[in-house]
Amino acid sequence: MTDANLGAAAPRQTLSAAEARLKKRHRAERLFKAQGVAAIIIAMIFLVVLVGRIVTQGYSTFQTHTLSVAVYLNPERIDTSDLSGVNYDYIVAEAVMKKLGVQDDDFGTISTKVQDLVSRDFGFQLLNKLKADQTLIGQTVTVTGPLKADADLYFKGQIERSTDEGDRKLDNQQLDWLDKLQKDGAITSGFNTGFFTHSDSTEPEQAGVLGAVVGSAMMLLITALISVPVGVLAAVYLEEFAPKNRWTDIIEVNINNLAAVPSIVYGLLGLALFINWLNVPRGSPLVGGLVLALMALPTVIIATRSALKAVPPSIREAALGVGASKTQTVFHHVLPLAMPGVMTGAILSLAHALGETAPLLMIGMVSFVPGVPEGFTSAATVLPVQVFIWENASERAFHERTAAAIIVLLVFMIVMNAAAVILRRRFERRW
Amino acid sequence: MTSILNPLASPLLQGHAMTVHSPDDSTRAPATSTAAPATADPKIKARGVKVFYGDKQALFDVDLDIPAKSVTAFIGPSGCGKSTFLRCINRMNDTIPSARVEGSILIDGADVNAKSVDPVVLRSRVGMVFQKPNPFPKTIFENVAYGPRIHGLATGKAELEAIVESSLKKAGLWNEVADRLHQPGTGLSGGQQQRLVIARAIAVSPEVILMDEPCSALDPIATAKIEELIDELRSQFCIVIVTHSMAQAARVSQRTAFFHLGKLVESGPTEEMFTNPRDSRTQDYITGRFG
Amino acid sequence: MLTWLSLIVLALFSSVAFAAGRRRAKTAAAGRARVLHSLPDYYGAYVALWAGIPAALLLLLGVMFGGRVEDAILQSTRPAAVQALEPDRQAVFYSDVRAIAAKQAPSEVVYEGEQKVALDAKVAEAQRIATLLNTGMLGGAGVLALAGFLLAFPRINPEFRARNRVEGWTSVLLIACSVAAVLTTLGIVMSLIWESWRFFQSVNPLSFLLGTEWSPQIAMRADQVASTGAFGAVPLFAGTFLIMLIAMLVAAPIGLYSAIYLSEYAGRTVRGVVKPLLEILAGVPTVVYGFFAALTVGPLFRSAFNAIGAALPPGPLATYLMEVQNQMALVAGVVMGIMLIPFVSSLSDDIINAVPQSLRDGSYAMGATKSETVKKVVLPAALPGIMAAMLLAVSRAVGETMIVTMAAGLQAKLTANPLDTVTTVTVQIVTLLTGDQEFDSPKTLSAFGLGLTLFVVTLTLNIVALRIVQKYREQYD
Repeated sequence: MTDANLGAAAPRQTLSAAEARLKKRHRAERLFKAQGVAAIIIAMIFLVVLVGRIVTQGYSTFQTHTLSVAVYLNPERIDTSDLSGVNYDYIVAEAVMKKLGVQDDDFGTISTKVQDLVSRDFGFQLLNKLKADQTLIGQTVTVTGPLKADADLYFKGQIERSTDEGDRKLDNQQLDWLDKLQKDGAITSGFNTGFFTHSDSTEPEQAGVLGAVVGSAMMLLITALISVPVGVLAAVYLEEFAPKNRWTDIIEVNINNLAAVPSIVYGLLGLALFINWLNVPRGSPLVGGLVLALMALPTVIIATRSALKAVPPSIREAALGVGASKTQTVFHHVLPLAMPGVMTGAILSLAHALGETAPLLMIGMVSFVPGVPEGFTSAATVLPVQVFIWENASERAFHERTAAAIIVLLVFMIVMNAAAVILRRRFERRW
Repeated sequence: MTSILNPLASPLLQGHAMTVHSPDDSTRAPATSTAAPATADPKIKARGVKVFYGDKQALFDVDLDIPAKSVTAFIGPSGCGKSTFLRCINRMNDTIPSARVEGSILIDGADVNAKSVDPVVLRSRVGMVFQKPNPFPKTIFENVAYGPRIHGLATGKAELEAIVESSLKKAGLWNEVADRLHQPGTGLSGGQQQRLVIARAIAVSPEVILMDEPCSALDPIATAKIEELIDELRSQFCIVIVTHSMAQAARVSQRTAFFHLGKLVESGPTEEMFTNPRDSRTQDYITGRFG
Repeated sequence: MLTWLSLIVLALFSSVAFAAGRRRAKTAAAGRARVLHSLPDYYGAYVALWAGIPAALLLLLGVMFGGRVEDAILQSTRPAAVQALEPDRQAVFYSDVRAIAAKQAPSEVVYEGEQKVALDAKVAEAQRIATLLNTGMLGGAGVLALAGFLLAFPRINPEFRARNRVEGWTSVLLIACSVAAVLTTLGIVMSLIWESWRFFQSVNPLSFLLGTEWSPQIAMRADQVASTGAFGAVPLFAGTFLIMLIAMLVAAPIGLYSAIYLSEYAGRTVRGVVKPLLEILAGVPTVVYGFFAALTVGPLFRSAFNAIGAALPPGPLATYLMEVQNQMALVAGVVMGIMLIPFVSSLSDDIINAVPQSLRDGSYAMGATKSETVKKVVLPAALPGIMAAMLLAVSRAVGETMIVTMAAGLQAKLTANPLDTVTTVTVQIVTLLTGDQEFDSPKTLSAFGLGLTLFVVTLTLNIVALRIVQKYREQYD
């Protein structure tokens, strides 16, 4: 019997050939599996490199170096009739020179080199102090402020003495001064709160993300206020009320396709429709929010529809059975039960909208906005656009800040995504 | 004993050498008297088979002998573990991550669960037909040629065609599909699809064919054809069929095993089981008191 | 401000109407709730809706189109002094009129003599028109609100089916919302076609689609307005295609293999770790990928190629490699590929999971190994779906903007060399439309021509892909 089985099983192969073949098949199996593992590993490496690069480039922004210096408000240099016209930068430079024990030469080269180390923020501080209290003139006040970005980079080790003097922004003398100031304890390092309390600036050390964060929040508010209600109601109609006919088919196909339209096309729509036709102010949170709302609409609709689909028909039958109207059934029972899914979908599409850049460039949101936006119709900047603007800047210190702005952006997105995940975990119902 | 460590030298692949199994198995007494050896030389010999899905035990200590060249039917109410046991024989339970199998199943004396046994080789010797016909979305020819191709059973095109033709003939499908071998297998009727799947299984010349409720998705005429086919194939293969139809078990099988709540209640020659069951549960099931 | 105030007043009036309607219903029922057809709230809502909605719609229309109406009336008569100005100066004149009338800062243009007189006259006229429009709008809204209330309120009696009426309003609102999606598409199509049509009046569509020279700057010079040769978009299409190809060469194998591994091989723990990580990769904004490409991958690739060039024996190839720049097509393509990996992977994962388990079982039962099952049964069965996933990825790659804007160049070159700098359709759209340009020049309008092309191409890809996916799903449902 077993011999017959042998004959039936492998009559066409010799034993060694079968053995070799089996080995080959298992080798192919291992190779294929290894390819899969390799693909996963490559993807993970990309993720690690991407995030790692941004963190290593950006984390140093959160530390900054400040200088404290006693400034003598020399009455000879201050014209009380024109406080704004006074050259405070020079007064500050004098104070620093005094501290360093150096004298300015006739051409002002030394004072210029000193001014390259100290932020103009000192000058603004002096102006504000004098505006508040003119009796300070002739006295000595202590001012604390940031170093200029290049000096800051020196302390962070990104400008090194070993570099050829001609290839770096600061010469040996300036580095000596910085070392001396540090040894004297005039320079201290600390957390860079300015990065979160300032808006964009032409000076890297004074540039911060506050304006962009506020702009993003205002824009996202508009987006949420439009896309969520409209999207949810549209989904309710399509899923619960709409008859199945050619029109609703067209709407359905149309929504699926809209979700895949490139975002830049939405920018073109916003430019032509909102700016040129409806005269909404260019570059404002209002127009940005409108464009992103149109963009987020299809994803909100799709998410809501799948959440509604997940509510079992028995709920609807139960409500209709006690005499509720169709509308009451939907708004009293089905929609509330689908709400966790709806909110999850809405948050995820808003998170996506938060990171969107291209359509905003189309509607003029690329200008330099040195402050928190005043209102929904005034010019504003948002986080991703701020990243784009800073990335284009030539100063090295801005690259560091670009990465830091990205970190801020990613933190916001992670928070939103985590909120969505928690919402899903907490309230998801399995039927 | 060394041979069992090498799958290629194991009797499972080679099909000779009869007595290689652990002394523990051979000396072990059957757990219940109902599992007395049917023949002196069973093709499949199961001892103490337990199956767990996660924490849930689906099969309890099954001892069963299945003879070669005959049809053995597994009957019992749904969820009784008959399909689970069937899937142990060719280790299809491996594809379910939470499943765990204990005990021993010997085919020609070699344990299918031994580490050294390659499930790929095992399954080429133990074919399977499923509840719902599952032809691949390929042509009829490609469906049947799939097994011979992956196992390298044919050296040339002509040989492959010969295997396909003989398999289809054995499955009784040749006359119906000879002129459309290169059309999709999914275009056939349900009964034809199931015979195609049987042809696909016999194309690799297995020793055992497992059938998991092969007729449950078919109409009575197609069922009759499959049953006829099973009867013909009996002369060449050891066939195990799971069915929930007692009439079918009576028509096609020589031996029957009755499962209930994950336990093997009783097994024996079909005629005896249906006319004179030993266990009251079998009696109840056969007379339709539950199921 | 005025509009906001009137909206608040309207809202107040509407709530009063609600209370009144409710009260009337309750009075009519005289304490026997079952007499009323609907709950009292529905009667209130019915009156409130009639009192509020028509007037609110009028106010909304006023906000949206009031400025345009005002403009049209203002520009219907043009004084001779204004007509003497060039067309673009006339536009400045009118925008100054509007600004002064609205008490905002006008442009820095100085108006003298007759122009000043005309300006003052127009400002006065603008203010008059604005007042007129505002009074008209507010008056109209007031009349509508009152009329709505007077229409709805007397109809309230116990037999009146208020709930059905209110639900009628609800379904109108629902339909309006779902039509919004259609209107968006319509808006996209209309605005792209309209602006492109204006562009194609100065540039021949054929020379736009088939021309091989792209230099929109030339057309800015007065003597070369709408020089047709400068708007040949073929180099942009070629650049887009090249970058898309590189991106797909990265994303397709890695994405597909990881999908196969995750759906067929990986255990629950691996899936539980890798899938969220891939989702993170998918959630990273494209501007971040652009930053990564411009400041990390670009310099890295350049120095790598420069080093290879230095190591090679001197020759044209070595010289070329040593002169490779940051902005090569390869950089943008590779980074875009990384961006697309999770997209391809999750789409393919869905598709592969849709292949019925019975087919896998059939294959395993034949003694096939896992890879044989995947390669010979699962993938062939999933092929249409996977093709569709790839098409969707191609569509994403073609429409992607930020990575290419930040990492690819601006030079329109017709080349297949991945180390060369190329530009893409989206880069050009951004370049043409950022910064302050006058809106009517062919240069800015050409962006809409490019946008239309982009929209048509991506829409076609999406429709085809979604159709395939739908058919595929139906096959296994």
